[in-house]
Amino acid sequence: MSTPGSLEISSGAAIRMIAGREIRFRLTSKAFVWTTIALVAAVVLGGVAAGLLADRETPPQQVGLTSQAAGVADQLVATGKAVGVTIETQEVESEAAGRALVTSGDLDALVTSTSPELTVEVKQTLGDTGTAVFGPLAQQLALGSAITDLGGDPAAVAADIASAEPVVTSLEPAPDVDGAQIIAGYIAGILLFISLMTAGQLVAQGVVEEKSSRVVELLLATVRPWQLMAGKVLGIGAIGLIQIVAVVASGVGTALAFGLVDSSTLNLGVTAVWAIIWFAIGFAMYALILAALASLVSRQEDVGSVISPVIGLMIIPYIIGISIAPWDPDNPLIVWLSFVPFFSPFLMPIRIALDAVALWEVLLAAGLCLVLIPVLVWFAGRVYSNAVLHSGGRIKLKDALAGSQGSVATSR
Amino acid sequence: MTVLSISSLEKSYGTVRALRDMTFDVHGGEIFGFVGSNGAGKSTTMRIAVGVLSADAGTVTWDGRPVDHAIRRRIGYMPEERGLYPRMKVGEQLVYLARLHGLDAAAARRSMERWTETLGIEEKRGDEVLKLSLGNQQRVQLAAALVHDPDILVLDEPFSGLDPVAVDVMSAVLRDQASHGVPVLFSSHQLELVERLCDRVGIVRAGSMVAVGGIDELRQTDERAWVVDGPPPSWVSAVPVATVVSSSGSRSVVSVGPSAPDDIDQELLRAALAAGPVREFARQRPTLVELYRHVVTTEATPSPELEEVSA
Repeated sequence: MSTPGSLEISSGAAIRMIAGREIRFRLTSKAFVWTTIALVAAVVLGGVAAGLLADRETPPQQVGLTSQAAGVADQLVATGKAVGVTIETQEVESEAAGRALVTSGDLDALVTSTSPELTVEVKQTLGDTGTAVFGPLAQQLALGSAITDLGGDPAAVAADIASAEPVVTSLEPAPDVDGAQIIAGYIAGILLFISLMTAGQLVAQGVVEEKSSRVVELLLATVRPWQLMAGKVLGIGAIGLIQIVAVVASGVGTALAFGLVDSSTLNLGVTAVWAIIWFAIGFAMYALILAALASLVSRQEDVGSVISPVIGLMIIPYIIGISIAPWDPDNPLIVWLSFVPFFSPFLMPIRIALDAVALWEVLLAAGLCLVLIPVLVWFAGRVYSNAVLHSGGRIKLKDALAGSQGSVATSR
Repeated sequence: MTVLSISSLEKSYGTVRALRDMTFDVHGGEIFGFVGSNGAGKSTTMRIAVGVLSADAGTVTWDGRPVDHAIRRRIGYMPEERGLYPRMKVGEQLVYLARLHGLDAAAARRSMERWTETLGIEEKRGDEVLKLSLGNQQRVQLAAALVHDPDILVLDEPFSGLDPVAVDVMSAVLRDQASHGVPVLFSSHQLELVERLCDRVGIVRAGSMVAVGGIDELRQTDERAWVVDGPPPSWVSAVPVATVVSSSGSRSVVSVGPSAPDDIDQELLRAALAAGPVREFARQRPTLVELYRHVVTTEATPSPELEEVSA
């Protein structure tokens, strides 16, 4: 009693130390470092690949016009715009000079005359983009000269044609989902699944590691079971959060660097922040359940069987989420399941990425989860405290919850 | 005087009664050896004392106070099935355990350095526990029990599997702790070691304490016996109360009943000398091994506490 030094430490300090050990230990473990690198690399390489594909967007077509054909310049650019091809025109001094530029590759096409026929010279072929522009242009010019022959005003007719379009009324408007959103939806779904799955399993293995090595008997002589469990869950949660922030940040960085989302309605910032928030919520729920279940067994070999129902519970929303949501974001199954607490962390991030959800829906789903967390804390704390010192065979969840024959010595 | 009191502990695992009315005290500054056959209840008692197991009935008190979480923090415990993080480095592990017991970072580090040096494992601080030999793992385990400077030591089989040098090191550490007023309770099957090291011994059988006391106290028997190296034992007939227990070569064992006078030894020696030269005349006391054999092999006695575990 007279010995100095060893003093009662506060719960906060105990939990910080336990969480700190988890963080230090995992951060320096090869497994963690390599999974993080692999995930970051997958996201960055995926982004780069998508960027290269998107960059095949055709460069402006260079079209030379001789002086006879110069009048068609505006119409040419307008037609190109209508079919989605950017066209830059330049007047050439002579046909010969223009031909030289076509041969050298500086010009994609040379328009030598517009009447009686549109005459275009190219190096080899007009190509798909060229055909797409010059075909309609030739038709317009032919139509224009016919209108002129009939005494009409080609410009007025052209304006009427341009403004004519059908009036379409959509009875069940589908949300606009573009490619970038679909990719983001997939990434959100897969990323949340992988990180919740790995972090959750780390918690379960960590609990059993302490049980099987009996170090828990030394630890519980000085800290209380709930402090040990809280420290472990928070520490591994912090590690998981570091990992997912690294992956999300590198994904966002890649997307911005390659301009992947410039033309998209994808709200990258909102999607990224919510993915991280949903990881935190999902982790809290699953980690507590997994810690409680893992405390029921004493050997690493038994972890798999005791946590498999929960792993199954994680796979269901994941499969449903990524197989249905990107193609049918308003599917009633997706919508309803995304409000079910253990499913929301997988489904909501996908719906957010697809921009197929209202903010109040997200907040409601998050609120439902947060309301459940105190219940889970109570449940996990009770099961863990009653079961963690019980060595030997697997104990029944019911017994651990009741605290009947377990060894409950240090729970007070 | 500080006392760790184990009173009337009862514990059953299902139908098996592991402890019945287990009672004994360990005083501050004394080394208490806990001996008994496998499954007799030594580990169960120690686990209850440090609070990793709850008793069905009975109390464990320290200075009259029930052992609660605050007192438990002051115990240094070495579990029988060792408990350390296998993949954590020795130094980090000891510092972590010390800090969980409330030492600040600097004190924890100093304590880790002190104990790894004392126990001769300072070279191993940077190694993961699972890479150490079993003997060294055991030294680390003892360091883990000592690193927070405990007021009570409860060590389950601290000597098993140690080489003679490590046994000496560990014995010295236990004596040193006891000399600082710490009660040291340890279990062992190495009875010579217990005999040499302990101030008091408790022999446990079938969940109850069947003999407890100082070594000399336990060796005190009603019958007294002497070993005589000298003439053939026919001289014993000169001393009517004495009988020959055994005789081989020139050595004989002679005993007297409880009613014999205190100075009967002088009478015996004179009778032996009269018969021929005597080269050795020594009081024979039972060793702990003999006491132990006697106690643990004694079958059920009428006393209800001593009957065999029924299941």
